[in-house]
Amino acid sequence: MSAAIKWFWFASPQTFFPLAGTLARACWIGAALLAAAGLYVGFFVAPTDAQQGEAYRIIFIHVPAAWMSMFLYVVMAFWAAIGLAFNTRLSSMMASAVAPTGALFTFIALWTGALWGRPTWGAYWVWDARLTSELILLFLYLGFMALQAAIDDPRRADRAGALLAIVGVVNVPIIYYSVTWWNTLHQGASVSLTRAPSMASTMLTGMLLMALAFWLYSIAASLARVRCIILERA
Amino acid sequence: MTWGGWSEFWAMGGYGFYVWGSYAVTGAGIALEIHFLRRRAREAKA
Repeated sequence: MSAAIKWFWFASPQTFFPLAGTLARACWIGAALLAAAGLYVGFFVAPTDAQQGEAYRIIFIHVPAAWMSMFLYVVMAFWAAIGLAFNTRLSSMMASAVAPTGALFTFIALWTGALWGRPTWGAYWVWDARLTSELILLFLYLGFMALQAAIDDPRRADRAGALLAIVGVVNVPIIYYSVTWWNTLHQGASVSLTRAPSMASTMLTGMLLMALAFWLYSIAASLARVRCIILERA
Repeated sequence: MTWGGWSEFWAMGGYGFYVWGSYAVTGAGIALEIHFLRRRAREAKA
């Protein structure tokens, strides 16, 4: 079988179902192992921060959760757009499967941010550009899920949700660049591709391990959910 | 090892409420999602 035919073979929900199960199992295990390693490094290897003391240890979940919240929205909008353009059922199902996990990581980013903001800024919440645009991201995820839940015909629900997801994707670069475009209380990026990270290497290792764990967790949860959706729509 | 003992570990240098409040809610959110996913899978297969 040629590579091109294989690609379309797995675009069918029925043939994708067992593959998604196998991939999800591997990702659950990988996520658990990486999270254990990340938490070990984060709590027992990484040193106390000179400025923030132990409060900084929230970083090991806050930053990975915030990354996932933005990344998963782009993934959701991508699958929704593919489903809308090519009318492929599985693509739209993937978009619906990613949304709750994306909403969860957005909530985690906001929650841990509030608990980090209180000891460092003196406030749980400020109407700063970064925080406000991240809150809008949560509403976009919830709006997408509510809109799809409100429409009985799944194909129509897919199309309506796709439009919302695609329009909302403009918010992602706003979140990402908010700290440079506006004068925000939220600090700028600590990690970037163009310069050396502004933190101890063990801190960075712990954060990257947790980011990988969240990444695999998101894949596992989305694949497990798309299997449910395939069964429900069959 | 950066801690003098378990009580020091749980205290998190006085930031225990903020650090453990973050980790507890994150853990609870993930546990809830897994719970709902398993229930949905059971119901979908039934």
